Amino acid sequence: MPTPEKRNELRDGTDGRTTHDVGGLDFGAIDMHEHDLALWEKRVDAMLVLLATKKQAFKIDAMRRVIESYGEQEYDATEYYEKWVRAIRNLIVEQELVSKEEIEARIAKVSEDFKANGRDVAPTSVPWDDTGAASNEGAS
Amino acid sequence: MSRETSAPPRFSNGDKVVVDDRPITGHCRTPSFIRGKSGEICGIHGAFRDPERLAYHRPGLPAQVLYKVRFKQTDIWPDYNGPATDQMEVDVYDNWLKPA
Repeated sequence: MPTPEKRNELRDGTDGRTTHDVGGLDFGAIDMHEHDLALWEKRVDAMLVLLATKKQAFKIDAMRRVIESYGEQEYDATEYYEKWVRAIRNLIVEQELVSKEEIEARIAKVSEDFKANGRDVAPTSVPWDDTGAASNEGAS
Repeated sequence: MSRETSAPPRFSNGDKVVVDDRPITGHCRTPSFIRGKSGEICGIHGAFRDPERLAYHRPGLPAQVLYKVRFKQTDIWPDYNGPATDQMEVDVYDNWLKPA
């Protein structure tokens, strides 16, 4: 298994803080309202539990590391469970459970089926994150 | 959470400690706002595999003792305007702490 490289994404104007290390910075008021989780969010949660606990595919710490590798703009623009699902996608490729090609092929198939049934499909796919892991193509 | 046998805790409740202020590379659970700050041990959670190594699919051994460290809010935030008695407790791993 490849060992991912250690590196940091820094947040602008914060004297060297990493992207996620935002404690004490001003992000405005916190929305304290209770809110329900969407079905997809519950599914992402279930995927993480199964992969990290039952299958032992990776530790939660690895998921945090991947999320922390997002650049500032991307980190701030991505919702909580979106961060999770993107990190899970990266980690199952990093740990060689599935390949990028297998995931892309499956997404293409699901998109086609959705379109055929008149369901909405996002016009663009989520780009793959460079998380510091050696990729299947051998890039560093 | 994995618990592994490790050396007994270096610090006891009430011990004064300083959080290391070293540069970081990679995953780190010690937030920047407490680095270089002084606090007091107020709890010992046990020993856990090192998240800084687990994050890279390493075994994370030797396990690190995880302490609860109490800080004065006025020590953490330069412009803190709450009561001077306000405190904050943060979980910090042994390899980030030095005796004060």
